[in-house]
Amino acid sequence: MKKLALRDEILLEVDKAARYIGGEVNAIVKEKSEVDIRVAFCFPDVYEIGMSNLGMMILYHMFNDREDTWCERVYSPWTDLDAIMRREGIPLFALESQDPVKDFDFLCITMGYEMCYTNVLQVLDLSGIPLHARDRGEEDPLVIGGGACAYNPEPMADFFDLFYIGEGETSYDALFDAWKENKKQGGTRRDFLLKAATIPGIYVPSFYDVSYHQDGTIASFRPNCPGIPSVIQKQVVTDIKKQYRSFEKPVVPFIKATQDRVTLEIQRGCIRGCRFCQAGMIYRPDRERDVDELKQSASAMLKNTGHEEISLSSLSSSDYSQLKELVYYLIDNFRDKAVNISLPSLRIDAFALDVMGKVQDVKKSSLTFAPEAGTQRMRDVINKGLTQEDILHGAGEAFRGGWNKVKLYFMLGLPTETEEDIRGIGRLAEEIAKCYYEIPKEKRNGKIQISVSTSFFVPKPFTPFQWAGMCSEQDFIGKAKICKDEIRSQLNQRSIRYSWHEPDVTVLEGFLARGDRRCGSVIEKAYRLGCLYDAWTESFRYDLWKQAFAEEGVSMDFYTLRERGEDEILPWDFIDAGVTREFLLREWHQAKKGLVTPNCRQKCSGCGARRYEGGVCFEASR
Amino acid sequence: MREGFALKLRVRFTKNGSMKFIGHLDTMRYFQKAIRRAELPAAFTAGFSPHMILSFAAPLGVGVTSQGEYFDLELAEDMDPQEFVRRLDAQMVDGFSVTAAKAIENRKSNAMSLVAAADYEVGFRPGYEPSFDWQSQIPAFLAQPEILITKTGKAGERQVDIRPWIYRMQIKAPRILFLRLASASANYTRPDQVMEAFFAMAGEKLSPHALLVNRLEVYARKPETAMQGEEETDREPEWISLLEAL
Ligand code: SF4
Repeated sequence: MKKLALRDEILLEVDKAARYIGGEVNAIVKEKSEVDIRVAFCFPDVYEIGMSNLGMMILYHMFNDREDTWCERVYSPWTDLDAIMRREGIPLFALESQDPVKDFDFLCITMGYEMCYTNVLQVLDLSGIPLHARDRGEEDPLVIGGGACAYNPEPMADFFDLFYIGEGETSYDALFDAWKENKKQGGTRRDFLLKAATIPGIYVPSFYDVSYHQDGTIASFRPNCPGIPSVIQKQVVTDIKKQYRSFEKPVVPFIKATQDRVTLEIQRGCIRGCRFCQAGMIYRPDRERDVDELKQSASAMLKNTGHEEISLSSLSSSDYSQLKELVYYLIDNFRDKAVNISLPSLRIDAFALDVMGKVQDVKKSSLTFAPEAGTQRMRDVINKGLTQEDILHGAGEAFRGGWNKVKLYFMLGLPTETEEDIRGIGRLAEEIAKCYYEIPKEKRNGKIQISVSTSFFVPKPFTPFQWAGMCSEQDFIGKAKICKDEIRSQLNQRSIRYSWHEPDVTVLEGFLARGDRRCGSVIEKAYRLGCLYDAWTESFRYDLWKQAFAEEGVSMDFYTLRERGEDEILPWDFIDAGVTREFLLREWHQAKKGLVTPNCRQKCSGCGARRYEGGVCFEASR
Repeated sequence: MREGFALKLRVRFTKNGSMKFIGHLDTMRYFQKAIRRAELPAAFTAGFSPHMILSFAAPLGVGVTSQGEYFDLELAEDMDPQEFVRRLDAQMVDGFSVTAAKAIENRKSNAMSLVAAADYEVGFRPGYEPSFDWQSQIPAFLAQPEILITKTGKAGERQVDIRPWIYRMQIKAPRILFLRLASASANYTRPDQVMEAFFAMAGEKLSPHALLVNRLEVYARKPETAMQGEEETDREPEWISLLEAL
């Protein structure tokens, strides 16, 4: 039996020791003397969250498919263990071998949300790796950043040796091969980075210089070394029809993970083009997986994990063309094996109601709608193709089928939003309640329960709203208050529950999302002041963040409130994310005019993603 | 849905190494998933979220290893218990192993309610060996008319005499103690509670995490002795392994 990195006494002291011992079903253990490359793959949040990340699990298996590579998992130690490790000087370790991360060749950190940035610094710090890439030596692991946040890597640029932009499946092999080759030839860290910088999708921040105008905007962004590309091409898997067979054995945690189930990725990308949605833009083009492959994968993954539940993962699942076939297959084949089918959120129509009725208890389950905005005008601005009619029609059908719970999701603070748009939220909720009470009493299932939640809008890179100004905290609070007042003035207000997110985290997220290289010092300062697990309400310390801004002399408003000029160089402009700047700008103009753009299946809008030669862009020619 | 009933099995397993850090509920979840991976014909309850009819005998504390853990499982199809053991054991990770299974004729027989006593081996973690001559103190400890400990339960703190629930306390090896303790729900006594009282008598403090506890076996009362009622007697009741108790 392997020796654990932590003494028994520590494991007995901390909450959920199973987070730190490895040894789970399907965890991959290799002989370290038999591999050439050791990769520590980190999701910088607590184990239960990190273990639920599909992208990381795919790459974990893909890396381990290489005979010369052993990839292991690393997660953020929870605050209790964090304190013990610092006190006793215990270095952060990977779960499988329990060896210190510092002994690895690579540390890959995937960042799915900006609020994990202080945790990234925690991982480096506890590993004993210098926080700044420039301070690292030949013996330190190469630190690679990836995930959705890598589409604007600049705020974290100081802390990474390199970033991988896009889907991991395409370029990692070339990167690992280059590393082996460099080692064989006795090359240095810098030699490898120079080589890596020429591999598609790889960005090495230290080979680029940024200069600024007087007003703080970017004056230039250029390679500082010959042979380094000035544009980084996002990586995309063109053909995702094939599944990774080895990926059909996801690791099964002992403790309950956030996603304690088999997750089947049915498609990547989205045809919709909602203007606020970063995922919908950066994962273009929309690519569907083959339904027969998915059926096989579902069986294999359930068998290999023993999970009691299966769920489907994708953006806008209703757009997956084989959805009916797949869902009925899952119901027919797995319900009698006592497997729960967890449905993705679906457009409410006859099919959705039928399958929902089959897999859930109608009395307990709720209908979910995400109109995102309260009026048609506002929905046109954000290009959300969901009308009040669609909602009322879907809800009406559902009410007649016995449903009486509705969840509605909206955003506040969208570009061009007026008070009318905010009030529209309460009015839409009221219309839904009315629609329920139009049903004869004997056919109703008690009272209607509507829950309205609003989040605050954050402009993200590579969306048509990347130029938009963001609201201030006070504005957000004012908007939530208007929304609440309007809801409370409705006839059926007693049936409507309203909840909203705190604006402070949102504002910070807005800062980190569109920040540049100068923001790194604030992140580092916040971490030094004690910020950690910022995505967790109980540990989020806005006061410390504010102190960090003050001490570093950085203005948050410059990054959040300001609407960017159309010819301003944005910090992430050097990345070619598939969608072109021209397309995004066109969409920004359309938005301001309140004009909608058809989805990819209705009509191609020439976003630029067609270059990847796959997916929905080529459906017509099928 | 396999809602039928064909067979009830009592299954014995061991828990060693780092698996001692897997808590009771997670151990149950682990076995449910293992049973599914082995594609064993478990019976399920009806309804929207069906679950296996699975019950564990005696919860094991985090940090304790065991050579004798038990659960009962209902199957919807008949099968050879040896085959069951082979297939389930093939699904185990390092640290868990399935060692035996037996068909239980009486479907009402329930491992949890049968539990009456358990054997433990108690040692000291390196660096935590007591500095006093603890071995010589055992007779004096056991000779006490009563051994009071404070238990905190739902109704607050209360004093309990655990002397009747220590059936055996012996030196097993130079630094290893053997304990046989009462383990029914009404008199469940943990090795660390006994050791804490023992140290307290010697005027010493037992530091947390000092003990290495290994559960060896869990017993039911032998049916004839259970019949005699609870009269005060110094004689230790007779025990049978849970696998034999039906
Ligand atoms: S190129 Fe056309 S079809 Fe392809 S993703 Fe862009 S808009 Fe959609």
